[in-house]
Amino acid sequence: MPKIKMHGRSPNVDMTPMVDLFSLLLTFFMLTATFRPMEPVPVDTPFSISEKPTPDNNYMTVMLAPGAPGTPGKVYFNFDNGPDTILHFRPKILAEMGKHYNITFTPEELATFEKLTESFGVPIQDMKKYLALTDAKERSKFETGVPTDSLDNQLAYWVLYARQVNPAIIAMIKGDATVEYPLVKKVLDILQDKNVNKFSLITNLEKIEVKEAKTE
Amino acid sequence: MAQIVQEEKQKGGKKKPKKHSTHIDMTPMVDLMCLLITFFMLTVAFSKSKVMDIILPEKIQKNEKVEPPKIADSRTLNIILGPDDKVYWYPGKADPESPPPLQETDFSDTGIRQVLLERNKALFDKITEFEKKVLRGDLKISQDSLWSSIRIIKNEDDTGPIVLIKAYKTSKYKNFVDIIDEMSIVGIARYIFTDISWIEEGMVLTALGGAPAPASAPK
Repeated sequence: MPKIKMHGRSPNVDMTPMVDLFSLLLTFFMLTATFRPMEPVPVDTPFSISEKPTPDNNYMTVMLAPGAPGTPGKVYFNFDNGPDTILHFRPKILAEMGKHYNITFTPEELATFEKLTESFGVPIQDMKKYLALTDAKERSKFETGVPTDSLDNQLAYWVLYARQVNPAIIAMIKGDATVEYPLVKKVLDILQDKNVNKFSLITNLEKIEVKEAKTE
Repeated sequence: MAQIVQEEKQKGGKKKPKKHSTHIDMTPMVDLMCLLITFFMLTVAFSKSKVMDIILPEKIQKNEKVEPPKIADSRTLNIILGPDDKVYWYPGKADPESPPPLQETDFSDTGIRQVLLERNKALFDKITEFEKKVLRGDLKISQDSLWSSIRIIKNEDDTGPIVLIKAYKTSKYKNFVDIIDEMSIVGIARYIFTDISWIEEGMVLTALGGAPAPASAPK
């Protein structure tokens, strides 16, 4: 039997076009990537037809998360570090907040706080313990929500100091669709007490066509 | 993606200067790139969330006396956000002696939108006509001036309804956003959020089939 003759061609595949394409794709994704910060609780925002994008900086977010059944829900707060890295709004606001409640934060704690991107729902008294932890699961134990009672209205002070440190700040509300209205009303009242009258509600985009009822 | 490297055998004879192949093995590079692309594709947030602006009137300080603005009853439309995504509405003013019956509707295309559209027809047509003109290219203006022109049209309007939105205590945040959305879809020029009154709470209870409206005001 004759031997099957193997072709002498090497099974080399020219990968250059593939590499070209991959580099292009990679560059594209790297440049367009905006990382969403991990939120401590999942929040389903309602839909609206608004097409205005969320701002990249100069914002503070009040997040309303649904609580256990029967409870009004938890309030989380977040703000950005300013449009420029030299501004350090986050540690400044925390330091002001600490001054008000007679808590001194060490430079390390302020630096840790600056690096956080997610919303926090921690009473200021627990903030030191919260910042000392590095594990997200451990941290979530302290996430009892920012107090909003009239006795201990920490949200109002957060809003006050955030506006003092960054006068251009915009108030945004990121609410879960299932949060009941009284909590929304409470947060709106607190913001209005601090003279914030313009709010941006964070929503998802939904297209709607207006159909007119036929009038005969 | 392994690559089989075939070694060329040199058969005796003359010694040729060793030829270095100009081929670079790109396999590890491709592997890495695949990984990175997958990572970025999965983590990238394509659709940024949107924001919807609302502006509420300034709060009246307690020691300040301000006359409430007078609005015509005929133009007033009250919307009450009820539980379970229900919407109630009634025109005019609620008389505590004999509260008007609430009309029940919902957030669908044929629900509250038609109620609003019916009352806001003149203004809605004006706005859509204007937008069409811009789309067709009859009017060449920028997006910003389109918005401000629409605002001017809205400000000049004096036939559309004045919508008072009230939320019942068990309504959801979703309803709150939906109703603002409806306002912008239909192009309502004047709407405001106010606290629900005890008369209206009673009316909602009656509509829900619960206890009849309380005869006297609490507090």
